[in-house]
Amino acid sequence: MKLTKTFDKALWVFHVNSGSCNACDIEIVAALTPRYDVERFGIKLVGSPRHADVLLFTGPVTRKMKDRVMRVYEQTPDPKVVMVIGNCGSTTGVFYDSYAIDGPIDTLLPDDAHVLYVTGCPVRPENVINGVKEAWLYLEKLRGDDK
Amino acid sequence: MSDKDTTYQVPIGPIHPALKEPFMINFRLDGETIVDAEAHPGMNHRGIEFMGMHRNPLKVIPLSERICGICSIVHQHMFTTAVEHAAGIEPTNRARYIRTIMAELERIHSHVLWAGVAAHEIGFDTHLHFTWKVREKVMDLLEYIAGNRVNYSMWTIGGVRRDITEKMYPKVNETLDYYESLYKKLEEIFLGDPSIRLRTKDIGILTEEEALRLCGVGPTVRASGVKKDVRIDQPYAAYGDLDLDYVIPSRYGYENTGDVFSKTLVRLKELVQSIDLIRQCVDQMPEGDIDSEPKKAVLLNKLKKADGEGIGRIEAPRGEAFHYARLKEGQEELDCWKIRASTYNNLTTYAPMFMGEQIADIPIIAACIDPCIGCMDRAEIVEINSGERYSYTHEELHVLSVEKTKKILEGSL
Repeated sequence: MKLTKTFDKALWVFHVNSGSCNACDIEIVAALTPRYDVERFGIKLVGSPRHADVLLFTGPVTRKMKDRVMRVYEQTPDPKVVMVIGNCGSTTGVFYDSYAIDGPIDTLLPDDAHVLYVTGCPVRPENVINGVKEAWLYLEKLRGDDK
Repeated sequence: MSDKDTTYQVPIGPIHPALKEPFMINFRLDGETIVDAEAHPGMNHRGIEFMGMHRNPLKVIPLSERICGICSIVHQHMFTTAVEHAAGIEPTNRARYIRTIMAELERIHSHVLWAGVAAHEIGFDTHLHFTWKVREKVMDLLEYIAGNRVNYSMWTIGGVRRDITEKMYPKVNETLDYYESLYKKLEEIFLGDPSIRLRTKDIGILTEEEALRLCGVGPTVRASGVKKDVRIDQPYAAYGDLDLDYVIPSRYGYENTGDVFSKTLVRLKELVQSIDLIRQCVDQMPEGDIDSEPKKAVLLNKLKKADGEGIGRIEAPRGEAFHYARLKEGQEELDCWKIRASTYNNLTTYAPMFMGEQIADIPIIAACIDPCIGCMDRAEIVEINSGERYSYTHEELHVLSVEKTKKILEGSL
């Protein structure tokens, strides 16, 4: 899907917790608050997936959250980038042998989904900011010559 | 349902910006007033106890940290205590003091974090940003001591893995001084500000009888005047050597009403208590080893031979929590592991607190027990109706809450 120029200005992110331990989630909030303050780059946490450009997924996707996570993905308008925050979101990490985990998230998403991984257990706020920057570059690359 | 029933349902969660965690509460409303609240847990169930029973105790420590990112110290503390109890291993004296310091530092970070969330829920985002800014100071100290901002991996069976040396004391003292000088401002904001008082006074009341009947724990029930604190009732780590008392509102000249205001008060006063406890620990810190068995292969062998069961009870920032572990002779993995976190008890106190309150008060009451679903979701509970239930988004709720504050400020309510 072709990207519009709105991506030059600001990325709005929506946070989905699919059963994580809170650590990545509080670090995401820490990235939004004065010490790191990502809002100065135009990155804003929004309250609905329908407003978002980027989905921040944390957690290894528990069985009960699977359908809800997929619904949030479908509700987000295209073009969108999925940022998987933390090791357990990327690979299920320390929860690898659980019976209650359906993840990691990238195995559930459609093949053409654009997924970026931010590593760390938990991620550092600096790394979250770096991840959003990477998402930006990625979206610009997707757009190609249309800039 | 009869024809005269005019109530309607408002489900909140599981994906919800206020909760930050997957959890669902079903409210039954009559107009603006809540008549019933029903909690649906289970969305954050990761089968941690099951995984723990397939790993050896040393491998379970990092897993136990990841039960919850905010109380990672609490869970590794409880787990190591339970295994030490089962295997008859004693942590060294110095390790007890280091454990206490870390636990109290985590209490500071957790309570400051909660204060910010509470301010956000009633529409004071300036205070959210202020408290999260000051929280970074204790995060820096934790990183300085342990090497990571969250999930510290400090604990091991029989002691701790990193020392707090004399070289580190100036930085510890500097952080404590910072919070001591800051406390006055926090008190001014959360206890003195008239509009915050109006949003928290006489809201979400939990009476002493209800608190005792529903077995609530931690600041949630101490605000109602219940004297319940594991650190005093059954001292662990170094708490037996320290001077501390129950933090209940009547000690500071307030009434034990059990509303959101007294819960805020208790958490703020515990901040002061934690600072005092860390100072006592630093003063009395004994010399010696930090780990009773530095050779991990020897320790694992000892744990393999051990046979028995043990418990670990800790006063977490949210209240009493509990781990049970059983070791079997000749078996490397844990034989049984059971976790009971504080939110599990405190969730039951939601029902009397929500009753008769307004929709706009849902966010602050939901936040006032400091819910931690990552800790709590141990058992899978089957619920039948979880279909199309997204009628009230948090945005709308938040707007309602902010509007109520504005109305109060304008004097029309």
